[in-house]
Amino acid sequence: MSQFNPLEAFNLPIVYWQIIWAGIIVAFVTVFALFAVYLERKISAYAQDRMGPMETGGWQGWAQTIADALKLLLKEDIIPELADRRLFKLAPYIVFAGSLGVMAVIPFGVNLIGTDLNIGLYFILALSSTVVIGILMAGWASNNKWALYGAMRSAAQMVSYEIPIGLSLMLPVLLTGSLSMIDITNAQKSGILADGYFWNWYIFRVPPFTLIAFILYFWASLAETNRTPFDIPEAESELVSGYHTEYTGIRFAMFFLAEYANMFIVAAIASVVFLGGPLAPAPWLNWIPGPIWMLLKSLVLVFIQMWLRWTLPRVRVDQLMHICWKIFLPLALVNFIVIATLVVLWQK
Amino acid sequence: MIKIAFIILSLISIFSALMVISRKNPVASVLWLVFHFFGIAGLYVLLGAHFLAAVQIIVYAGAIMVLFLFVVMMLNLNLVNNEKRGKIIGKSIGAVVSGLVLVLFTYSIRTTKWNELFFNQVTDQEWGTAVKLGSLLFSNWLVPFQIVGILLFAAVIGVVALMKRKITRKVENGIVITQEEDVA
Repeated sequence: MSQFNPLEAFNLPIVYWQIIWAGIIVAFVTVFALFAVYLERKISAYAQDRMGPMETGGWQGWAQTIADALKLLLKEDIIPELADRRLFKLAPYIVFAGSLGVMAVIPFGVNLIGTDLNIGLYFILALSSTVVIGILMAGWASNNKWALYGAMRSAAQMVSYEIPIGLSLMLPVLLTGSLSMIDITNAQKSGILADGYFWNWYIFRVPPFTLIAFILYFWASLAETNRTPFDIPEAESELVSGYHTEYTGIRFAMFFLAEYANMFIVAAIASVVFLGGPLAPAPWLNWIPGPIWMLLKSLVLVFIQMWLRWTLPRVRVDQLMHICWKIFLPLALVNFIVIATLVVLWQK
Repeated sequence: MIKIAFIILSLISIFSALMVISRKNPVASVLWLVFHFFGIAGLYVLLGAHFLAAVQIIVYAGAIMVLFLFVVMMLNLNLVNNEKRGKIIGKSIGAVVSGLVLVLFTYSIRTTKWNELFFNQVTDQEWGTAVKLGSLLFSNWLVPFQIVGILLFAAVIGVVALMKRKITRKVENGIVITQEEDVA
């Protein structure tokens, strides 16, 4: 495990470090989005027995998304005449800021974190709930029925699925006794069996409850990021493309970026909270630094998200709500109460 | 540093609160209210109440404001005309209520011992964390906390009772007919 501490290594005041880290995160998310769009195209192509992008840039069309991004930046920026101009312009930034702000409390190493808040996990829930406001703003300001319906569906879905997400994220909090992401990471180093191995991660800690919580979180996060099988807000066949129907050029790019950033963020939260984050799966793998493990775990989860998107059909609205309120919520509640009881008994 | 942050945050809160009541478009009002809640959450952070700040954003900015937006968008309140606001009775009731609120605020502001309350002098920096707040809620304030829980539970049951519909299905000439009836 790398014990690299950026504050000590460069002897910087904490504010400078946070500004630098914010820059790194923005750059990383942009590069990740380009990479993820390319990956998504390739995965969809293989799922549908096609080749995907093959021309741009030479080998396997690797420069396709870069070319697409440049095209988006150079496109004309159109604002509908009857749109609410100020809200229309503001909305993409709110969505993007809400998604990106979460990255501040995600640890990429044992010491590599923007800021270790004592309410870390709650901060994540709070910021991601503001994304809904941005989406509703976008849908309403567009003055377009499809956009408005997309936004309404999106908001209804995100508000409902926040509950199972919150409840399943509370399990590791109960087991750790802290909301800080660093504390949650460190608590997964040691457990009942030998220290430093993968079975100390929270996903394996109290079988099968934490495993169920992880699965619940992962499925609910698909709804939170509006991805298949829960991509009703962006159902092309009925809604054109959801709340960002009227957006063009760079503002559309912001929504796109936020969407892919969100995919990474939910995966990163799952890997920190349930999969040990930057911890290596075994002590003899400690020579590989933490950020690499963190990225590896998150990217595997991102890959699963894409894999599911291109294999599963879309659910209906009533099925979506049925799954959330009648399956996920009771399961999450039972999980929560069982773990809470166990923690209380254990402490006694 | 803290004083500058305090001034900025309170200016944001006051300005957005003024915008909430002065906008004609209800959607704009709701969105300014969201900004207002963010300002208030920032003030909570300055006071060291991090947990409360997060709860403020989750519950108010995240959930309740989304509900407000839903209602405003669904009801299409754009048609609120200004003529109705001119009624004398409504205006006089408003004047009395806001005058009383002003008296209340002036009284409480004048009687508060600001030197003792000033945020720099919060001795226990940990008082607003989840651990402290949780242990207080489950020891000193257990009964009020449970009563609030029961109140919310009653509200939930009320919603279910109001929204519950009786669905009857019958087959006539090979066609399934579904009928919905309000139970409440």
